[in-house]
Amino acid sequence: MLSGFELDLPDTLVGVLDLIADGRGTPAVPLAGGTSLIVDMRARRTMPNAVVWLGKIPELRGIQVTQDHVRLGPCTTVSDILNSDELAGSGVSLVRAAEAFGGQMVRNAATVAGNIACNSPASDLVPPLMALDAEVILESRSGSRTVALDRYFTGYKEDVRRTDELITGISWKRQEESSVDLFHKLARRKGDAITVVGVAVNMAVSDGTCMRARIALGAVAPTVLRAKRAESMLEGETLTPGLIEAAARQATEEASPIDDVRASATYRRHGIQVLTARLLTQAWGRLT
Amino acid sequence: MEVSLTVNGRNVSSDVEPRTLLVHLLREDLDLTGTHVGCESGYCGACTVHLDGKPVKSCTMLAVQAEGADITTIEGLANGELHAVQEGFWERHGLQCGYCTPGMIMSAAGMLAENDSPSEGEIKHGIEGNLCRCTGYHNIVKAIEYAAAKMRGDEPAEPEWEVSS
Repeated sequence: MLSGFELDLPDTLVGVLDLIADGRGTPAVPLAGGTSLIVDMRARRTMPNAVVWLGKIPELRGIQVTQDHVRLGPCTTVSDILNSDELAGSGVSLVRAAEAFGGQMVRNAATVAGNIACNSPASDLVPPLMALDAEVILESRSGSRTVALDRYFTGYKEDVRRTDELITGISWKRQEESSVDLFHKLARRKGDAITVVGVAVNMAVSDGTCMRARIALGAVAPTVLRAKRAESMLEGETLTPGLIEAAARQATEEASPIDDVRASATYRRHGIQVLTARLLTQAWGRLT
Repeated sequence: MEVSLTVNGRNVSSDVEPRTLLVHLLREDLDLTGTHVGCESGYCGACTVHLDGKPVKSCTMLAVQAEGADITTIEGLANGELHAVQEGFWERHGLQCGYCTPGMIMSAAGMLAENDSPSEGEIKHGIEGNLCRCTGYHNIVKAIEYAAAKMRGDEPAEPEWEVSS
């Protein structure tokens, strides 16, 4: 049984923003799919006094692909991502992550904004989104702002979102033809398991030179993070097996994995090395 | 607060607390105890029901989140005769203790509604959110293969215990 709370079901975004601002004298916590929040409430890890359900506002769910951008509504489910033909052409690493995410029941309920807002370092959707240079749109009664996903997380279970702000969109630029984005999830089993190491790579190549390299790592630090020094070793270069190995080694040094019930820190570092090198090799191979 | 929804084709309304989970509305208010509570934390899948035709875990949803939705539980799956997945679990011994069975069947039915020719790997992907503590997975996969064949109008493969070695 959950601890008691006030529940509101507004049918407009303005209604949500009023409630999370301080609508009943206490800021309400947004609820989307509930696959993380309800579990945390059941375990008494969080005990909000007020909850506001977002499911009465259909405009919050959906995938928009324009000439230049992809935008996901915050309540877009993991299944929506997995079944999207449009994303298969402009965010395939995100589709791979959606496939590896939970089981079908969780995919049918869990949302993209929920996967960001729950602040898990082991999030599956965040590494590919971060490698795609995605931005998070935050709205409150006092206005809206856009934050690079790469700057969204500030520490373990900490982020830049104020309690009066709602994630109202996630967007990224559509990738050029000569680019590849890849994701690999390593876990103790294939299905419905918490990630041990997640690696997303996004690369663009022009005339045999790596023009853009993104490496995002999940479950190996207090937050999902980009291995920026490893990325900068690759940009402007013609990749060789030796350079890829060196960049992958650099990525392991930018992570700070821990020992836990799922894997040791040593195993996680090895996983980063192997998977980063593998994905960089695959991306380079497809683009040259 | 009042919640109105359709459960197994019947319109129902119930006065629930905000904290009431969908699984508790089904089991305690509507007496539909075929949907099981296992872990009550999203891991085991024993509480799986269909919401607007899609499998979800009814222990990680508030009852109010099902407002206006069309819910199908294990009790509503059969239509006069056993659903092909139920028949498959019967014919291919897809259960031992039976605790995970309603959730396994609802997940399998949800998967087969989208793909009636799943490979063994796709079947396992479809039931990855369901745990069987008897570890009877082998026969569960066989039961779902049986159901898939029936739904396609094909003859199911002979049970393994009938195949001479």
